[in-house]
Amino acid sequence: MRDLGHPPVWTGKDGKPMSIAFYLVAALTVGGGLAAVMLKNTVHCALALTVAFAGLALLFLQLDAQFAGFAQILIYIGAVAILVVFAILLTRSQEAPRGGVFSKSWLTGLAIAAAVFAVLGWAVLQTANLLPRVSEAPVVTVQQIGTALMGRYVLPLEIVALLLTAALIGAVIVAMHEKEGAQ
Amino acid sequence: MTPLAGYLLVAALLFAIGLAGALTRRNAILVLIGIELMLNAANLNLIAFWRYGPHPEALTGMMFAIFSIAVAAAEAAVGLGLVIQIHRHAHTTDLDQINRMKG
Repeated sequence: MRDLGHPPVWTGKDGKPMSIAFYLVAALTVGGGLAAVMLKNTVHCALALTVAFAGLALLFLQLDAQFAGFAQILIYIGAVAILVVFAILLTRSQEAPRGGVFSKSWLTGLAIAAAVFAVLGWAVLQTANLLPRVSEAPVVTVQQIGTALMGRYVLPLEIVALLLTAALIGAVIVAMHEKEGAQ
Repeated sequence: MTPLAGYLLVAALLFAIGLAGALTRRNAILVLIGIELMLNAANLNLIAFWRYGPHPEALTGMMFAIFSIAVAAAEAAVGLGLVIQIHRHAHTTDLDQINRMKG
């Protein structure tokens, strides 16, 4: 254990600096997100989106949320990214359209996004000294999560189950190919 | 800067990137990608506050993030189904050209 006489700038759970791993993963995530919204080819966008999801899963794992991290990998990389690729290929929108990939009102959208980031970043930096610094790494087992899901959170779990069923049926019905002459 | 502030800044940046993508791209699928990025940024906030908050053993933030992931998956399925149906109907996913509610 190193000397903690003055509060360290960046400390992990055992007092070691966590800066390099955090900065690497954060750069990976933000870079993937930027590429996902800026690349011309939409298949490349989907691949960059997968990188961003993987970076987020790594951030979750760094935050000692193992279950959420692996759920992120399974659901987002395994399901949502594949779904996006399917949609891109089914709609044949790989190539950039002639008028460019950005809409006519892109400047307004960019200004709104920049303003939102400025406000959020300002709020975080203003309150950065009030935020809790170092806390014990919580030990959460999957069994605890399962018990909580079956106990305290059983009603939200049932509602989510209903929602997922409805969403699956709805997605199939919406995307179902109506044959000529039917109805 | 505390670790929590670092995570919050990353989440804010990711949210702004997703918002910019949703507001500036013409392809409807890319707009959905932007929305997914925003939802993920919110999840990162929830997990970060759960980790550094006062009672992590209560699992509140973690549960919120897990349910949020489930709802986002449902949203992606329905949204992409809608995009496919719109493409079948209007033969385009360009949002600047889809400007009629009426079929």
